[in-house]
Amino acid sequence: MIEAKGLAVTFNPGSPMETPAMRGIDLAIPEGEFVTVIGSNGAGKSTFLNALAGELKPDQGNILIDNQDVTNWPTAKRAGLVARVFQDPLGGSCANLTIEENLALAQARGRNRGLGAAVYESLRDEFRAHIARLNLGLENRLGDRMELLSGGQRQAVSLLMSALQPMKILLLDEHTAALDPKTAAFVLELTEEIVAERGLTTLMVTHSMRQALDVGNRTVMLHEGRVVLDVQGDEKKGMTVEDLLHMFERVRGAELDDDKLLLS
Amino acid sequence: MSQIAFLGAIEVGLLFAFVALGVYLSFRVLQFPDLTVDGSFPLGAAVCAAMIVAGYNPYVASLMAAIAGAMAGVVTAWLNVRLKILHLLASILTMIALYSVNLRIMGRPNVALLGETTVFTPLESLETPMYITLPIALFVLVVIVKLALDWFLNSEVGLAMRATGVNPRMARAQGIHTSGYIIGGMALSNALVAFAGALFAQSQGAADVTLGVGVIVVGLAAVIGGEAIISTATVFRATIACILGSILYRLAVAGALNADVLGLKAQDLNLITAVLVALAMVLPGVRMPFRAGRGQGRNKGRRRI
Repeated sequence: MIEAKGLAVTFNPGSPMETPAMRGIDLAIPEGEFVTVIGSNGAGKSTFLNALAGELKPDQGNILIDNQDVTNWPTAKRAGLVARVFQDPLGGSCANLTIEENLALAQARGRNRGLGAAVYESLRDEFRAHIARLNLGLENRLGDRMELLSGGQRQAVSLLMSALQPMKILLLDEHTAALDPKTAAFVLELTEEIVAERGLTTLMVTHSMRQALDVGNRTVMLHEGRVVLDVQGDEKKGMTVEDLLHMFERVRGAELDDDKLLLS
Repeated sequence: MSQIAFLGAIEVGLLFAFVALGVYLSFRVLQFPDLTVDGSFPLGAAVCAAMIVAGYNPYVASLMAAIAGAMAGVVTAWLNVRLKILHLLASILTMIALYSVNLRIMGRPNVALLGETTVFTPLESLETPMYITLPIALFVLVVIVKLALDWFLNSEVGLAMRATGVNPRMARAQGIHTSGYIIGGMALSNALVAFAGALFAQSQGAADVTLGVGVIVVGLAAVIGGEAIISTATVFRATIACILGSILYRLAVAGALNADVLGLKAQDLNLITAVLVALAMVLPGVRMPFRAGRGQGRNKGRRRI
């Protein structure tokens, strides 16, 4: 169970650039749930994700993982509970390390590192078996540098890396946004496969309403740093992109009305 | 070039190979441009010389020199990761401070070691002359340190350190406490440099507070020059490149100084160094297509240092 309670953060407080990125986000994600998060630019999606990952400390509010308050834990300390795939295909791996070295880095997530060799033959066999499922022929290229792979290949490897160790939540940060449609579909399919077979609790931020509705069992919409829509189960299944757009317009319209009242 | 001048160049090249390995750790592995080196090299020399003169065992003195260097590296790293001072500036601050520290340690601008027992003293009793045995002894020592560094950088901890330099955000997401690794890596880097300073003082017979001027450039010349010569696809090769680069740099300098046509004198050393470093930095671009194990465009848009 992952709980966000009243998360709020303001960038550049007290300056003309002051931006409230989160204004009290409350969200509870039970174990095994796959939540998709949508919202327009500046809605607070990335900020929320960064707060969950530990890269950003909220001004207010708490983050609880299985009832343990991790709000003040830095990213590295939280890494045993949280796995993450970045939007930028270059972001989730080390370009000038080899594929097997990247996998070895992820293999050690959440446990102490020692002075023994990071990559050894039996581990390499294990990696080979893992990576063969991608059907990208990478099992024969474990010694290649990560930078030689395409963006889609890197995201696929990043996904595998995230699932090498157990976690409480998997954070996917628009991880298909930088890919061409065909590759994006492949990576998304792989995501659903991995999440389903391990029963991972997942939070996926996406720009695509289509994707948000097609994937997962719950959809949350953020707007101006708040949760404005939260649908799941049958309600989500029956929903179309038009319905979602309509609801989005209604949320924004309601605010416009508020402003009109204030201004008049 | 005479045989003695040639072997002398090799000897200094091997001494500075330790500096090159240290600079490789900071500049390449951690991607931390560290000028502390100009202070930690004479720091090592100062600590070692002062302790030997005070009657300590030269091996203990050399070890203490390395530890002092490690502490200097920790200070720079701490200024950067804790106080958030820009890495380059943090290292300059430590470097400047070390000048005073070194004067304090020695009590005067230089300490002579003539007649004192050093780690090289056992070599004097051999029948083969020092100018041959010293480079051999240094070579063995450099290879041992190189292999130890290779082993370290391929361990889980070392891999985490490399990830810290390449992609700190990803490293943190994998549970790597990047600040700690930067501090540890900088300590190791400057320990190697100070150790080189200690050996340098013992082989030259004196420690001087001005020893450090330009050490960072010499270290960089070795690292960049080495990369220009051989592919650095693996740690094993990268550390070989450092050692080769350091030796070749010294040979190039000796060659330039010995070529009468050029009319260069010892005081032109820093100018020669700068020209050689500039050449070495341009060279990789020229040699790129001929080197194996490097993807195209690896250096595209990448800072040269």
